[in-house]
Amino acid sequence: MSLLDVKDLQVHFSTPEGDVTAVNNLNFSLEAGQTLGIVGESGSGKSQTAFSIMGLLAKNGRTGGEALFEGKQILNLPEKELNSIRAEKISMIFQDPMTSLNPYMKVGTQLMEVLRLHKGMGKEEAFEESVRMLDAVKMPESRKRMTMYPHEFSGGMRQRVMIAMALLCRPKLLIADEPTTALDVTVQAQIMELLNDLKRDFNTAIIMITHDLGVVAGICDKVLVMYAGQTMEYGTTDEIFYRPSHPYTIGLLESIPTLKTEGEILPTIQGNPPNLLNLPAGCPFQERCSHVMDICRQNMPALETFENNRRRACFWAVPEHTTEGASL
Amino acid sequence: MSTHQAQAKPLLQVRNVCVHFPIPASRDWPWQPIPKVKAVDGVSFDLMPGETLGVVGESGCGKSTLARALIGLVKTTSGEILWGGKNLAGMNDKGFHKVRRDMQMIFQDPLASLNPRMTIGDIIAEPLRNYEADLSPEEVKARVRQIMDRVGLLPNVINRYPHEFSGGQCQRVGIARALILKPKLIICDEPVSALDVSIQAQVVNLLKELQEEMGLSLVFIAHDLSVVKHISDRVLVMYLGNEAELATSEALYAKPTHPYTQALLSAVPIPDPELERNKTIQLLEGDLPSPINPPSGCVFRTRCPRAIENCAKEKPVLKGNAVHQVACPVTAP
Repeated sequence: MSLLDVKDLQVHFSTPEGDVTAVNNLNFSLEAGQTLGIVGESGSGKSQTAFSIMGLLAKNGRTGGEALFEGKQILNLPEKELNSIRAEKISMIFQDPMTSLNPYMKVGTQLMEVLRLHKGMGKEEAFEESVRMLDAVKMPESRKRMTMYPHEFSGGMRQRVMIAMALLCRPKLLIADEPTTALDVTVQAQIMELLNDLKRDFNTAIIMITHDLGVVAGICDKVLVMYAGQTMEYGTTDEIFYRPSHPYTIGLLESIPTLKTEGEILPTIQGNPPNLLNLPAGCPFQERCSHVMDICRQNMPALETFENNRRRACFWAVPEHTTEGASL
Repeated sequence: MSTHQAQAKPLLQVRNVCVHFPIPASRDWPWQPIPKVKAVDGVSFDLMPGETLGVVGESGCGKSTLARALIGLVKTTSGEILWGGKNLAGMNDKGFHKVRRDMQMIFQDPLASLNPRMTIGDIIAEPLRNYEADLSPEEVKARVRQIMDRVGLLPNVINRYPHEFSGGQCQRVGIARALILKPKLIICDEPVSALDVSIQAQVVNLLKELQEEMGLSLVFIAHDLSVVKHISDRVLVMYLGNEAELATSEALYAKPTHPYTQALLSAVPIPDPELERNKTIQLLEGDLPSPINPPSGCVFRTRCPRAIENCAKEKPVLKGNAVHQVACPVTAP
């Protein structure tokens, strides 16, 4: 049994302009200690996937399908039951470390609150445990920091507090929603190293939501590429990076300038992401795809499973370089 | 670069520019001196016609303040900004009005920098109304359509409002607005950092094309080192309001010399699993020091792995040849 098994996950929002499908039939599973990267552009539904699993959707959102955590359905649970799973078994770190900490409360109080609420610890015990966790995330002078307010911390330090808070109850699954997007590269490198260490020490499974493929390459075992709420491609990190098979993944990988990129003009994906209110019939990527065929404008390609549990939704024949020398 | 210098006069010469923000409220007693945030503390460089200068550094290093100082959105405390023989530092708003005809800016947040109550056509035409008031409405419209076509906006969107556009398209509107007066210099303050990867590449390509076509100079500010490498001829690395390294793009990325540049470059994630897992990152210890009370001598010494005793005494200045200059006495280029 997998730690988390997501089957046909759907997220809909009712808006004045009509229903929006933010996530459409998403499937993935995650084993203990594994890291899954969910990659996509803004509006591709990657954050809403995380919010739906955590039960944090906005009021006008509805979920469908199944998310089995240790075999138990956690979608649409009553608040009370959700609260016993959140923080204790699944916890989340958010993109903006400033707005996700309470500015009126000392960092120590916020950390201790988690332990006292979920573990029923006394004040002193909670304090010591919090200090230990701040040490674990390599916070210098952790004891002194406990009595400080969030505004006294730098961005990277705040994200460390967030990570410490998320790990206090030793959760089995950590959902990280763009944890380093708001940070500088040097700080990002520190946080990524920290997450890698914690993954090893606590055997925590991580869902890493990001648009930065460099971050994915460093930490993830598997990658799910999303576009307009749908899975485009799913496979191991090496497969996705070295043998991408979906035109969107290929385009995405080519359009990132790297320190090694030579030449004048960057390859791009033409056009703009589609409007979710008004998706075209067929494949949502058709407008921007360089291999578009007639059939793409009529039918949505099914998510086919290849060898090694790799999945891909595209009518275009698997390109040669994808299969070359691979176990595919 | 050396041939460049021999041929043409620099478009813009920046000499030892400082921007300090006084913060009177942080004093304990009124007779104490007013503390200052030294956002930019002595930056000098030349910009040639048609050249792109990339400015990189972490948040808080003063790169945006530098950009704003160049175009007169913040006042400089000291130093000179020479533009066509005139010193822009200390110039009043009226004087700057004339200068800005040739010097335009593109902002980071594409939607926030467009007036939500104006149509795209009006936004793009506004610089023309300001500087070429004698144009007839037909001429204005023709110029707007021409520039919209150039930046890849369809003519039928001319009467739409900014909220109807995606981030990438809004940034195209911002670019069109900056280009309609045919300026000589565009200051781009993180123009692509708010955009998705696939859109980012489109905007970077557009800027490069337009630059070649119109012979523009660009000051391109970004924290994404890969984008900067791609678009820049020369790159200036800043740390805590000071220059750390100034070199041609090839030289800087091939042989980063300043310890800070080395740390910065090693931290850039590589979208290649094999390389990314096995690379060694030079992690910097600690946090950025406060710009109110920066370390004495070299501002980087508190986090520098190669700092020596002398670093605390003397503030290093950029030294080296036209290709590669480093402000570090320990590591010469």
